[in-house]
Amino acid sequence: MIDVLYFAWVRERIGLPREQVETSAATVADLVEELRSREERYAAAFADLSALRVAIDQELTEFDAPLDGAREVAFFPPMTGG
Amino acid sequence: MAVQVQKEAFDVGAEVNCFTAGCKDAGAVVSFTGIVRNNADGTLQRMQIEHYPGMTEKALAGIEAQARDRWPLQDVLIIHRHGDLAPGEVIMMVATASKHRMAAFEAAEFLMDYLKSRAPFWKQEFTAQGSDWVAAKDVDEDALKRW
Repeated sequence: MIDVLYFAWVRERIGLPREQVETSAATVADLVEELRSREERYAAAFADLSALRVAIDQELTEFDAPLDGAREVAFFPPMTGG
Repeated sequence: MAVQVQKEAFDVGAEVNCFTAGCKDAGAVVSFTGIVRNNADGTLQRMQIEHYPGMTEKALAGIEAQARDRWPLQDVLIIHRHGDLAPGEVIMMVATASKHRMAAFEAAEFLMDYLKSRAPFWKQEFTAQGSDWVAAKDVDEDALKRW
């Protein structure tokens, strides 16, 4: 089980801030493929990965990163702090 | 050393004075204050800032650690708000203290450049017409390349 978190418009498109996902995905990209195939709202949120960022266990990473041992994966748009 | 992520408003003057008082060996303190800017039409009603509790604090502490590796800093302060803010309200501040001004200025700019694109905050603007997520700017991402 992995905790999957969504922020900003990703959260709005998917319609929830976090969920637990049972997955055997090897990488973030594999997890995205699994989520995309679930429902249209996931496909819409993950339509353009270049518009998204991902963090594993609260560290920014890339979509080809392995999920090995990950407890928490978060998807969000590019950050706009400051 | 301090990283504070909070909903509450804070007094910039009091924070800078307190920070300065704690830096006995510094010869320079630089501070930057970020304020909620109205939109071009002046119709912004409020701004909402979402963040990623847990990662936000880690990311800010990591950015501070990078700054301390690069410049001889006596101290660093980062305060960033989240939640609902009105135009003109203070969103965030950074302060840096060093023996000489160059390091303090450069470190403050570095902190701001990294904080804008690498700390998990997202701004949403509300007007009478509805709401829009603020898009990240290429110029902010490009700003990281100079460091």
